[in-house]
Amino acid sequence: MSERLDRLTELASQVVDKARAAGADTAEAVAGDSFHLSTRVRMGDTELVEEAGSRSLGVRVMLGQQVAVTYTSDTSAEGVNRLVEDAVDLARLAQADEFAGPPDPSLLSTSDQHIDLDTFDATISTIEAAEALEEARAAEAAALGHDPRLTNSEGAGFSRVEGGRVLVTSGGFVAGSEGTYASLSVRPIAQQEDGKRHTGSDWTARRHRDQMRSPTEVGQEAARRTLQKLGAQKVKTQSAPVIFERDAAASILGLLGGCIMGSSIWRKSSYLAERLETRVASDMVTIIDDPLIPRAPGSRAYDGEGLLARKNVVVEDGVLKTYLLDSYCGRKLDMPSTASASRRSSGGVGPTTSNFILQPGSSSFDAMVKDTKAGLMVTEMMGFGFNGVTGDFSRGAAGFWIENGEIAFPVSEVTISLNLNELLQRIDCVCDDLDLRSSVVSPSFRVSEMTIAGT
Amino acid sequence: MSQRYQAPFLPGGASEIDEKVAARLLSVALDRGGDHADLFFEYAVSGSYAYDEGILKSAGRAVTLGLGVRVVVGDATGYAYVQDLTPEAMERAARIAGQIAKQGGGGAEVKLHRPPVTSRYDVGTLSLDVPGPDKKALLERADKAARAMDSRIIRVDASLSEELRELLIVTSDGKFIRDRQPMLRFGVRTLAQDGDERQSGSSGGGGRSGLEYFESRGPEWHAEEAVRQALVMLDAREAPAGEMEVVLAPGDSGILLHEAVGHGLEADFNRKGTSNYTDQIGERVASELCTVVDDATLPNSRGSINVDDEGNEPHSATLIENGILRGYMQDRHSASHFESAPTGNGRRESFQCPPMPRMTNTLMMAGQDAPEDIIKSVRKGVYARKFGGGQVDITNGDFVFSLTEGYLIEDGKITAPLKGVNLIGNGPDVMRKVVMLGHDMEVSDGIWTCGKDGQSVPVGVGCPTTKISAVTVGGTQVGGGS
Repeated sequence: MSERLDRLTELASQVVDKARAAGADTAEAVAGDSFHLSTRVRMGDTELVEEAGSRSLGVRVMLGQQVAVTYTSDTSAEGVNRLVEDAVDLARLAQADEFAGPPDPSLLSTSDQHIDLDTFDATISTIEAAEALEEARAAEAAALGHDPRLTNSEGAGFSRVEGGRVLVTSGGFVAGSEGTYASLSVRPIAQQEDGKRHTGSDWTARRHRDQMRSPTEVGQEAARRTLQKLGAQKVKTQSAPVIFERDAAASILGLLGGCIMGSSIWRKSSYLAERLETRVASDMVTIIDDPLIPRAPGSRAYDGEGLLARKNVVVEDGVLKTYLLDSYCGRKLDMPSTASASRRSSGGVGPTTSNFILQPGSSSFDAMVKDTKAGLMVTEMMGFGFNGVTGDFSRGAAGFWIENGEIAFPVSEVTISLNLNELLQRIDCVCDDLDLRSSVVSPSFRVSEMTIAGT
Repeated sequence: MSQRYQAPFLPGGASEIDEKVAARLLSVALDRGGDHADLFFEYAVSGSYAYDEGILKSAGRAVTLGLGVRVVVGDATGYAYVQDLTPEAMERAARIAGQIAKQGGGGAEVKLHRPPVTSRYDVGTLSLDVPGPDKKALLERADKAARAMDSRIIRVDASLSEELRELLIVTSDGKFIRDRQPMLRFGVRTLAQDGDERQSGSSGGGGRSGLEYFESRGPEWHAEEAVRQALVMLDAREAPAGEMEVVLAPGDSGILLHEAVGHGLEADFNRKGTSNYTDQIGERVASELCTVVDDATLPNSRGSINVDDEGNEPHSATLIENGILRGYMQDRHSASHFESAPTGNGRRESFQCPPMPRMTNTLMMAGQDAPEDIIKSVRKGVYARKFGGGQVDITNGDFVFSLTEGYLIEDGKITAPLKGVNLIGNGPDVMRKVVMLGHDMEVSDGIWTCGKDGQSVPVGVGCPTTKISAVTVGGTQVGGGS
């Protein structure tokens, strides 16, 4: 372990020991630190340089099956003592929950089992402000230089962050990890003849710097995405095929991610409760949750309770194979944990996705568009219109109208609606354009028919 | 605040900050030059209590402490923060923030004074000071009330959270100012099941208030509201799709205003020329029925502040008056650009964030119409009663917001409940289509949180019953429109 992780381990161990001494039967402490640099330019001028480091300490304690969680940014001796005292006091207030408890100690992983996921790149943590500003400036200049109709900009930003995190539990688990992440984004503004403005953006983000796209490429793509929107109009209210470009597709996938989470299932607040081994999507759809991909943004060698991380096939050829569970949800549903626990820096635990991926298909994006007689291509969605209990989905959308396999004109101010259960079953084409730039990713796909509300 | 939680930077604290220490830090920050610098000290303690399946299942607490230092040079901001309030760590942060200035020039001596602060949220019984069992009892009351109402209610979750923030803001233009911001949130969620059909309902409220909040709206009130909503939704039908007349219920519907016009009137977007309201002061931007204010001074409201996060005193700012655009919401930076006074809208999520122009409580003022006349005037449309969230593209005003409880209006009567649906439109366009306005203006006590550039701040919304002549309703039933 690095010196940083040693330091964090010492802090977390101290919390566990103190909590045990204060009467806790179970104590699980998470200690983390992070250092970041954020820079932003606008119209070529520096807008922001922000640099800071922070630390945090969170603990979950149990007195029998009474649970409390406390958090502090104050890691002084006094701060640590108060953290522990508060946790034990609050656990006394809580009522016993028969399903609460640490994971079975025999399931805990050991550090020799943890594979190196290559999540740290030292060349990211040493990027200085001047260099970050240059990257942002170059991306914005590439965007604005692309076309004279791009007259203004919401700016471009380059940020980097590095962090370390350790988990120490009274069950005997001790491990830590370090990671880096850098991102570059740009958002130019174009104005159409009647004065209406449009903005579009592009971005690149990776754990390793050599995998980021160049500022020029990002800037030019942002310019293209903005210009395409000029002259956007509503379409008539109708039913038609809808293509989700990959970022929009990922956002649909994210909704499903919430509905397969053990915490929604035992609460019956998901439309997928009691749906294991049934068809939940078209047979073109296979979805995995894979924490073991080297360099990926959501990778982790162990879960938030110390279980060895593993790949879960969530949907296979359209059939729901598993929910994502931590040990609490597992006990609630009488199933084993899928090692999907996430430990928040606040100390709390719950299941989450790691790298949640809809597996790519074989069609190229262009071929899918060509194959669409008339329909809507969605490049962006707005709003929050989703009800996980029923699966009802209705969101604002913008993109393009497709006519005879060609882009006909840009579209905005419409909504698309269909129950998510139905939407996923109507996927009739999955593309090959997957890009692992965030932890929930999907290739573009097409839904055979949805309601589009316009004029 | 109870003895247990003392902000270390306040008098008597372990790292007390007085005028002398603060002035010294500001001069370090401005050592290389710069137009302005400020210090934002924050100590926040929050508690949370989650009642689930008939027991207090978990309780939590969080304590955060830190200092944010900002240096402004022209349109550029240097920012740094620290969690350690040791003299060395604070000076280091001041130096890092100051690096944005390149010219040199040296910090002049800053003379600090303590401006008076008007208190808009005196608290009777601070939740943090009340023993845990009392809060558990409030949650238990909500749980019992909800379960007793209807046998179709299969789940009830209730939660209470409390927060107290101690702030010390010191600026290079001489202000040394404190605030103490309480916050209380109470929420109930229910799940109803009838056969295979499940629907959820929720109700939440609170504000900058103590436990006396429950004298106006008790735990039972929220429980009943959450149950009512879930049961109504069990009978909901698919919503129509297309453009139609929409009537907004008073209170919560203020979120429409927040999205449709509020964000576009934040002065940073107008300074940069990126808002669709840029350069339109004095012009007609809404129907003449519309008067919109941002008012940070409402007693105990969630969006209220005694002082903004740059040390400026907020007041009630008229944004739109009888349809004419009168002004923007300013922070210090935009106010100096527009050569106007700051309106006290400079806000930040925490010491880890630089401030920017943000809304506080954004309200549409009452009109003259009777609410029942407004509904009677609609042949076919949607009555929007409760909302989830919304989003806007400020460059053109296109917005979306999601309706969690809506009804069909048929021949002047509210009829069937509708499944969750989105309304989509363009801010300026919708504001011009406000054709009737009720005399029943109501400020929502709902738990509204506004996000911008990754920063969340609590806000308030409010409006009277409002009729809009055409909005796109994003249901699934094609042909449902008029």
